[in-house]
Amino acid sequence: MNPSTLLLALVIIVGVAYILGRSRSLQVAGKLGGARYLNSLPFYYGALTALWCAVPCLIVLAGWFAFDDIIIRNIILAELPENLRNQGSGEMDLLLNSVNNIAAGNHVGEIDPALQAAADHLVSLKSTAKSSITVISISVAILGGLWGWRKVHPEFKARIQVEQVFKIALLLCSCLAIFTTLGIVLSVLFESIRFFQSVPITDFVFGVEWSPQVAIRADQVGGSGAFGAIPLFTGTLLISAIAMVVAVPTGLMSAIYLSEYASARVRSIVKPMLEVLAGIPTVVYGFFAALTIAPFIRNLGADMGVTVSSESALAAGIVMGVMIIPFVSSLSDDVINAVPQAMRDGSLGLGATRSETIKQVVIPAALPGIVGGVLLAVSRAIGETMIVVMAAGLAANLTANPLETVTTVTVQIVTLLVGDQEFDSPKTLAAFALGLMLFLVTLSLNFLALHVVKKYREQYE
Amino acid sequence: MNKATQRTIDIVEKNLSKRYRAEKRFRLYGLMSIGFGLLCLVVLFTDIISKGLPAFKQTRILLPIEFNRDDLGISDATDPEQLRAGNYEAILRNAIRGKFPDAKSRRDKRALSAMLSNAASFHLQDTLAENPDLLGETVSTWILADDDVDVYVKSLDGFGEPFTGRLSEQQIGWVQTLIDDEAIRTQFNTTFFTASASREPEQAGILGAALGSLFTLVVTLLLSFPIGVAAAIYLEEYAPKNKFTELIEVNINNLAAVPSIIFGLLGLAIFINMFGLTRSVPLVGGLVLTLMTLPTIIISSRAAIKSVPPSIREAALGVGASKMQMILHHVLPLAMPGMLTGTIIGMAQALGETAPLLMIGMVAFIVDLPAGITDPATVLPVQIFLWADSPERAFVERTSAAIMVLLAFLIFMNTLAVWLRKRLERRW
Repeated sequence: MNPSTLLLALVIIVGVAYILGRSRSLQVAGKLGGARYLNSLPFYYGALTALWCAVPCLIVLAGWFAFDDIIIRNIILAELPENLRNQGSGEMDLLLNSVNNIAAGNHVGEIDPALQAAADHLVSLKSTAKSSITVISISVAILGGLWGWRKVHPEFKARIQVEQVFKIALLLCSCLAIFTTLGIVLSVLFESIRFFQSVPITDFVFGVEWSPQVAIRADQVGGSGAFGAIPLFTGTLLISAIAMVVAVPTGLMSAIYLSEYASARVRSIVKPMLEVLAGIPTVVYGFFAALTIAPFIRNLGADMGVTVSSESALAAGIVMGVMIIPFVSSLSDDVINAVPQAMRDGSLGLGATRSETIKQVVIPAALPGIVGGVLLAVSRAIGETMIVVMAAGLAANLTANPLETVTTVTVQIVTLLVGDQEFDSPKTLAAFALGLMLFLVTLSLNFLALHVVKKYREQYE
Repeated sequence: MNKATQRTIDIVEKNLSKRYRAEKRFRLYGLMSIGFGLLCLVVLFTDIISKGLPAFKQTRILLPIEFNRDDLGISDATDPEQLRAGNYEAILRNAIRGKFPDAKSRRDKRALSAMLSNAASFHLQDTLAENPDLLGETVSTWILADDDVDVYVKSLDGFGEPFTGRLSEQQIGWVQTLIDDEAIRTQFNTTFFTASASREPEQAGILGAALGSLFTLVVTLLLSFPIGVAAAIYLEEYAPKNKFTELIEVNINNLAAVPSIIFGLLGLAIFINMFGLTRSVPLVGGLVLTLMTLPTIIISSRAAIKSVPPSIREAALGVGASKMQMILHHVLPLAMPGMLTGTIIGMAQALGETAPLLMIGMVAFIVDLPAGITDPATVLPVQIFLWADSPERAFVERTSAAIMVLLAFLIFMNTLAVWLRKRLERRW
């Protein structure tokens, strides 16, 4: 049976189990004098029967799908003739691949009879596996359902058990956040460790040359394979700094104007309009930066007699800054609004002008929140990908000149991983090492931001 | 004492105009910042729309097509075998050469044929298959033009210099003749909405990418909404105050700020390399985007649950409802509008996301329309990224048009969220 048909069949069985469990509870209660003699509502008996039907079956299915490939693979490998079997793991993978190809009918050319036999066996094993999982899962579902159905009894506390299962399911869902973080850390960490086995970690962190081409032949030209990440980080910092120069003053001043000067009507129109900027996908900004802003800056530079690279850091940085304006503005807006009105009134009452009040009372009071917001914005700029992929270059120049081409960590991750790749060359593993760096940097920025907000927040209430 | 007061007032008055000027300047900075933000918005939208609008039109050339039996090599137009083998290029060639008999040399003839789209012969095949009686007849047909001609003709209507691109002087002359004969026209570009990706700009459309986006979003929605709501219920209604709960909360807040490309790395390492799922399929894309949007949905769902007043919970518990009944029958329905709003915003975020999908291989060039969540597909933002990389001028307008479609979807979703919030949310 197809996986989808199997799932559909299981859903139907579970539904039937619910109905049977519910009707049985009513039936046993009927002998005593009605549903009120049941410990729980009939719904809970039905739900419990359905759970008995579904949960064991799902566990069996999940286990099956996790292990069937490995088991089949081992059976096939164990049956290959002696001379084919005693090889390195790389050759074994190749061998297995050709067996798979023969089984799928994609193999061209001469076929080794031993491999042909293995392929035939593979096909038969796969079809056996398919039919046996169908039989097993359906029988587990039916047996589980029967077990649950037999347990229906007027004094049976079905409600407590169903609620327990409900709570555990909710707990598992919220644990997904932990698993995701764990998954991120482990996946980038393991690949990074493999990377650092071939490239020393000091070369990676302190090296000033980045050219991730690895020579396949010893005499190849240009395949130096230098993995020094410094140019990437300076490039990232340069573009983020330009973005911050654009975003922080504009975002902060807009927030101040909107919360301190603007009338409620202006605010209700302008604020959502600024927030549209935050909702525009980054790929659109990338297109805008690469096709409109970059040529504009280049022509402007040419008019003034300055050579500007067509993939200058400036174009990417400015557009990224525009993207971050609403982010800075809405975060600052929140903290400015949280400053109690009494403080403003006090300052105004002493004769200070509005701008003096803002500069000397409101901003200092809101400063921890604003700094936290700016740190979050920096973390966003560092992790931003599409704008720089489309508008910044690939050449890893170690420069602080915003008119030149620089590349960033995220650009390199994308270039190293998009397209065909072998999975264990240092070139692709380098992407994971960069990912690890990026994750650590953004993580510490986020923690720092939270810490600043928590530690230096003034309590006014 | 009188003297001292006098002096303070003097100081104040002396500085007053300066302070007022500073006040005005400060206000002006604020206005300028807002003006800059709004200006960026306007420039961005005008730039995209002005570049993208021409893509909704397509140039066609009127040619008298003779479905000549000998040239086509077809004797029976009802035979699908013959229909497929027919030499439609030949009749197209004849038609356009008949229009311009002055093109004699091989080079001229080739330049003439280059003015028509490669797709034209397929259209002729379809026409003939639909109406076999046409065999042997001559029919005036609007034939799809090549993208260079298309861009040139459309740029004639605009301001400034027309864009000639790869067209030669001679070809421009022919186009001018066609315009004078009224044998050239632009019409609504249906290909853009009904075709999939193509190397030829005039045959490229967004349907494949839009379907890919749809499938990916369906997977994301089906997974992230129930899981996000369940996690929010646990954290708000069940979770005891202890280290473990704190750990979950820290993780959720942190994941909300992790760069999206990291989720792509996760998907590549876990779903593709460890679980062996196929690359480029909406299923994996949906899984990655689920992990990415979950924090957004959890945070907004928690806020929605928090806003349900405790008196409602107490009333439910007071009349004997169990905790699960209290949540499912009372809290959840009341918190639903807020949860839906958060989910729509999360979906809008997922719809515009590109970087993690590049990591899991959804950048492949895919011509077939995806039919399900396990077919290789690409999504709208990735299609935009791919087209933005193509050198042809005609792709620039198609990229902008695809952006317009994407933005239209996003604006629709966000408006829906705002409307839902206004319409359904209750103040307690």
